[in-house]
Amino acid sequence: MNTNKPEKPLLDLQNVEKRFALDQGFLETIKMRGGKLIREKREVHAVNNVSLSVERGEALCVVGESGCGKSTVARLIAGLLTPSAGEIHYDGERIDNRSRHDLLPLRKKMQMIFQNPYASLNPRMTIQQALEEPVKYHTPSLTRAEVKDKVAEVMLSVGVDPSWSARYPHEFSGGQRQRIAIARALTVNPEFIIADEPISALDVSIQAQVLNLMLEAKEQRGLTYLFITHDLSVVQHFGTRVAVLYLGSVCELADTATLFENPKHPYTKALLSAVPQLKDDGPSHIRLKGEIPTPINLPLGCPFESRCAYANVRCETERPAAVQQPDGSLVACHAVEEDRLQD
Amino acid sequence: MSNFSTNVEASRFSRMWNSNMGYSFRRNPVAVVSLCIFAAIALMAIFAPLIAPFDPYDLSQIDIMNSEYPPVWIDGADKQFLFGTDDQGRDLWSTILYGTRLSLLIGLCAVTLQAFLGISIGLISGYVGGRLDSLLMRMADIQLSFSTLMVAIIFLAVTQAMFGSETFNQYAIYFLIAVIGVSEWPQYARTVRATVLAEKKKEYVDSARVLGFGPMRIMVRHILPNSLSPIFVISTVQVANAIISEASLSFLGLGMPPSQPSLGSLISSGFDYIFSGSWWITAIPGVILVVLVLVINLLGDWMRDVLNPKLYKG
Repeated sequence: MNTNKPEKPLLDLQNVEKRFALDQGFLETIKMRGGKLIREKREVHAVNNVSLSVERGEALCVVGESGCGKSTVARLIAGLLTPSAGEIHYDGERIDNRSRHDLLPLRKKMQMIFQNPYASLNPRMTIQQALEEPVKYHTPSLTRAEVKDKVAEVMLSVGVDPSWSARYPHEFSGGQRQRIAIARALTVNPEFIIADEPISALDVSIQAQVLNLMLEAKEQRGLTYLFITHDLSVVQHFGTRVAVLYLGSVCELADTATLFENPKHPYTKALLSAVPQLKDDGPSHIRLKGEIPTPINLPLGCPFESRCAYANVRCETERPAAVQQPDGSLVACHAVEEDRLQD
Repeated sequence: MSNFSTNVEASRFSRMWNSNMGYSFRRNPVAVVSLCIFAAIALMAIFAPLIAPFDPYDLSQIDIMNSEYPPVWIDGADKQFLFGTDDQGRDLWSTILYGTRLSLLIGLCAVTLQAFLGISIGLISGYVGGRLDSLLMRMADIQLSFSTLMVAIIFLAVTQAMFGSETFNQYAIYFLIAVIGVSEWPQYARTVRATVLAEKKKEYVDSARVLGFGPMRIMVRHILPNSLSPIFVISTVQVANAIISEASLSFLGLGMPPSQPSLGSLISSGFDYIFSGSWWITAIPGVILVVLVLVINLLGDWMRDVLNPKLYKG
């Protein structure tokens, strides 16, 4: 669809922010500070000023440590959360301010796969019911036989035997459940899939199977992925582009090959150096000092400043903007901008 | 295809029998005995017109000369009256059968009404949240701060005064169901809301939302089936409570009229004669009432133990 205008990204996030209120209700906002009663509303800044775009047919991986806002980004795009600021565009249309009813046509195009296959299937529904429901809901014109065919087709395509369809989710293993969850997302023929750490709850031996299944589905159905993960080897295998998130901000966005060959942001470097290598005779891990700052009181300058070896006064006071590098990657770092990383 | 579905049906029963619940049921003699007694009482109540030797509502079968015969095992009894007769000469056994039927009917209908109100309000309040949640839960708090019996007594006394006891007696059963049903919904609403709050954070609800399903569908088809276990548990306890409430109200003269006695009004009508030696008019329906409520509560207890995963012992 819409191949005549390939220059327009499928999904476009523009300066998206998400803040969660920490103090709910009037009474919680009143606090004692130095003998004075003051009113204070604390907020968790989960996602700050994130701009991303996903091109049709690619697999954009979002990586970062836990708590950096990866899942929040996924939920914002899926419409499970509404952004506090910024805009989300899908196929050229703004989607973040639409009502549930207006979003319905979009639901057929955009689906989500969740982290925990033990929780993402309704335990009281058989697989058949779980897979039929979206088909019936979105295409009520289909006859019962057509719905059954569709479900069987999807089940076969994810490698689950259609004769198991009368069983309940608890009768399946984690890997099978995740296959079924993928099947459920595929029943509505989506073109874009948000995968929120789809393999992190699975056994290592199953992870590869599920990944390959998702790659197969990508080839066969021409899917576009937004893949959230914290596993860098998966990124290398799966992603065409990578966005590195730190404390709710994008610090580097580059093609997978470029990023792995030539990471620029100090945080990306540290992250990549932590990937275990087979030829690891002399480990050269970059050890980061300190802790991640709390997302409640965000640092004024660069979010990574407190742990960065190259930080200077400018990093402390001014938030870096994403700057395009000669090789096409976007990096938000003053040190890269000023070219003082080499020393 | 039909062959396939019968297979599923058969396996559903065996699945239930072999499930954790079925196993614990078979291993628990108290639960088995309670269910048997409850089933016996319920069956007798349902088939009362077939079992009962007399029709207590048929005035032509009642003879005032037969009043206050003792049960058959006591001297001076009339052989045709198994449990003796009451003050109006009605066969007590038949009257108890019909009365149990009324008590059970009122109890079940009142609980259905409670469950309908409570589950809808609890689901909406838990799922929607925010101001609506606060509003509905404060309403529940206000309702809970009045005792059920107090609300029922005021309501029934006012309606009785408004419509006159003739009309009131005619529609007493509906008034009782309505008042017991409406005054106990917060029990359900609170329990359901609590489970909904826990369930709606799970990923299957997010997944349903991403698929674009409406809140109604998510609440009824996804969250409700997963919140059933506490609903089952309170339902049993609430049926027992409703039967007791009905009996208390009837005992106070605000329930079923003497011409159509429930267990409560039977106990109440016999109470006037208890010191003149006719103890059976009060005692026998009283025992039936206590046994009925006890077995329902025991079943509820067992169900609570089984459905509470924290109590699983390995």
